[in-house]
Amino acid sequence: MKRRDFLAALGGGITVLIVKDDMLAQESGRGGNRQAPQDVAAWLHIGEDGAVTAFTGKVEVGQNARTSLSAAVAEELRVPVASVGFVMGDTDLTPYDGGTVGSQTSPRMFPQIRNAAATAREMLLDLAAQKWNVDRATVTVADGKLISGSHMAGFGDLTQGRKLVRTIPSNPATAPPAQWKVAGSSVPKVAGRDIVTGAHKYPYDIARPGMLHAKVLYPPQFGAKLASLDKSAAEAIPGVKVVRETLASPRPGFGADLVGVVAPDSDTAAKALAALRAEWTPPAAQPSSREVHAYFKRSASGPSTNGGLTAYTIPYIAHVPLEPRAAVAEWNGGKLTVWTGTQRPFGVRSELAEQFKLAEDRVRVIMPDTGSGYGGKHNGDAAVEAAIFAKAAGQPVKRNWTREEEMTWAYFRPGALIEVAGKANPDGTITAWEQHNYNGGSSALNTPYNVTGAREQVHQTASPLRQGSYRCLAGAGNNFARECYMDELAHSIGMDPLEFRLKNASSDGRLVAVMQAAAEKFGWKNRKKTPGRGFSMAAGFEKGGHVATFAEIAVSGGAVKVLRVVEAFECGAVINPKHLRNQIDGAVVMGLGGALFEHIDFADGKIATNRLARYRVPRFADMPAIECVLVDRKDLPPAGAGECPIMGIAPALGNAIFDATGQRLRALPLLPLPAV
Amino acid sequence: MPNIKELDVNGTRRRIDADPDRMLLSVLRDDLDLTGTKYGCGEGQCAACTVLLDGQPVKSCITRVGAAAGKRILTIEGLAPAGKLHPVQQAFLDADAMQCGWCTSGMILGAVALLESTPNPSEAEIVAGMNGHICRCGTYPRIVHAIQAASAKGGRP
Repeated sequence: MKRRDFLAALGGGITVLIVKDDMLAQESGRGGNRQAPQDVAAWLHIGEDGAVTAFTGKVEVGQNARTSLSAAVAEELRVPVASVGFVMGDTDLTPYDGGTVGSQTSPRMFPQIRNAAATAREMLLDLAAQKWNVDRATVTVADGKLISGSHMAGFGDLTQGRKLVRTIPSNPATAPPAQWKVAGSSVPKVAGRDIVTGAHKYPYDIARPGMLHAKVLYPPQFGAKLASLDKSAAEAIPGVKVVRETLASPRPGFGADLVGVVAPDSDTAAKALAALRAEWTPPAAQPSSREVHAYFKRSASGPSTNGGLTAYTIPYIAHVPLEPRAAVAEWNGGKLTVWTGTQRPFGVRSELAEQFKLAEDRVRVIMPDTGSGYGGKHNGDAAVEAAIFAKAAGQPVKRNWTREEEMTWAYFRPGALIEVAGKANPDGTITAWEQHNYNGGSSALNTPYNVTGAREQVHQTASPLRQGSYRCLAGAGNNFARECYMDELAHSIGMDPLEFRLKNASSDGRLVAVMQAAAEKFGWKNRKKTPGRGFSMAAGFEKGGHVATFAEIAVSGGAVKVLRVVEAFECGAVINPKHLRNQIDGAVVMGLGGALFEHIDFADGKIATNRLARYRVPRFADMPAIECVLVDRKDLPPAGAGECPIMGIAPALGNAIFDATGQRLRALPLLPLPAV
Repeated sequence: MPNIKELDVNGTRRRIDADPDRMLLSVLRDDLDLTGTKYGCGEGQCAACTVLLDGQPVKSCITRVGAAAGKRILTIEGLAPAGKLHPVQQAFLDADAMQCGWCTSGMILGAVALLESTPNPSEAEIVAGMNGHICRCGTYPRIVHAIQAASAKGGRP
């Protein structure tokens, strides 16, 4: 929807538009009539009924952005959090957004929303002073009302049929976090009640009148091509339609040949799928998970590394969002509407527009609050499938992925080969540092420690599996390699691992602060080394966050039990302490799975670990005691917390295993322990 | 075996017409629009689909509807019948024992059953009793706290 249309649809009241920084000059020059939606970051509306509604293209996947952004509105408008409506991730109703990715909601959207609300508050104060003909300084706003002496008015009483629109830049000065009243406190999860009662409709739960169900025919292995298809038995089942369509964007391993069945219910769809008779042309040989790290090195472009480096290996792993991908598509007079769980609703809209050669304003993507993503729901596979089937069937179609599909045909966190070399003087000064990442990526590749002339490089390679974003991207792997190697360097010169890091982190006071905070809580100086016990630590920074993780483990026979994890985290001013702790705990738990046992096992273009019975994720019994220390820097703007807190646990555990056993493990997952 | 024509769900007799071999999860979600019960894996590994059958927790993704006929089925939608939250639901809210919430329905029903059989569970009993449930967001410590808090308040409505 174009901005002008949207403003018309909103009706009377106050609207504040937040315009992206670089667009403001153009905005002014054109008299505020620009039509491209890409220039607006967010908007906020106060209706004539007093209802406050904010709009953002960001989405809610459990990270509690809905709560933190609602708190930003409540903070500035002085209204209860529960009274703030928030429309998120609806491409017809919200401004364009590149995606809920990269821990950007807190540093970017949070201040923008706050500023919109503050602007609306000032407009209300102006209106009240004018209406009552009183000194503006006498007007106060609290609990959704404006008051001056005996005068009192609700937000909706002041606009009197007028439509007031103000456009503001996205990065003006805002009140410092030290003065926050609502933001900065532990506001409870917005709409939490709908979750504990089962009332919330996730993408998987959406239903439309006349809706059919679809299933997709997959190749028996990545890269296999459909040679022949006999659909007669499937089509003989009442109500079943077989659909074959070419995807505009071929998918790695799958191709562009989409075949599926549509049926009145999912059980019939499953029967129809089983009745399809397909023959496949097998693909060329593909590397397996056993040899994939050598394959990365072999297929790398650019200059190769020197010898003498220490190699660390990171496996492919799966996001396993507990709600698999899901979409419902509905066509209406040439306009397509899709409900789906994605971190990039506008990106999915583009995929759909490309698939059907439609203008983007003929496509609406709606993202109900979704059952997690962790970087794994950036694309629109389910949405495209549902829309193709709905078009062919002439009725709305639901396309819910199964767990097995999710763990085979989505995308994985990239596997990586990481090579490191470094030297340290006996006094702890690092004199040389080199780190290379093959296939994983560049996140957190640069060392945060004082090194002159460090060399860090990403090597592009071929990947046998479809790969993509994952919480912290390559940062978890790069930090595992770096922090384990730092531990090796510290031991090689006989220096305490914490002292060694503190000495070399002197240029980053924030990193020093989290290490000291965690060390104190953990009792690092007083740790008591006993047989079978391991104590260790790791630190890191990424996406504006600083983290230090200390771990205590017990090793008995081949079994490793993580007993205690202390993690200190600093991401500027804390927006919601309770939800930040929840993010940190969750990152430690998720990172513990990647550290100890998660890995994708594949061979011959087939995923062996394609079900939860074959892919172990952390459970209650795996939990250590987790203590997190929040370092609240009210003098710094908030940064995100979805990613950085995951990067400390794997190296902390690798180093703790060395402390307990003397075994230096350089491959994730760390378990099972290799035989001595 | 003839089709199942009726289920006792949340204290109400619901008319259905379902092949007894269909999974209870699919009948609850697709036929009765009780979507509070979640699919997570389809193989009984994550317990997101937990419902209570005559008070006992079962994984509805691997329970045939034929086995549920004639029994009292409780889903998350039936836990706060008059709008007043069950103590376990309230404790989950108070403890912030969720992130995305996809596992929450199953967790709560699992916890309700645990507290019925073990009203004052130790932490080890909670871990053992709930270990079949997966929370991929990693809110396990909070869920343990929520169950302890609900237990301290009696654990029952």
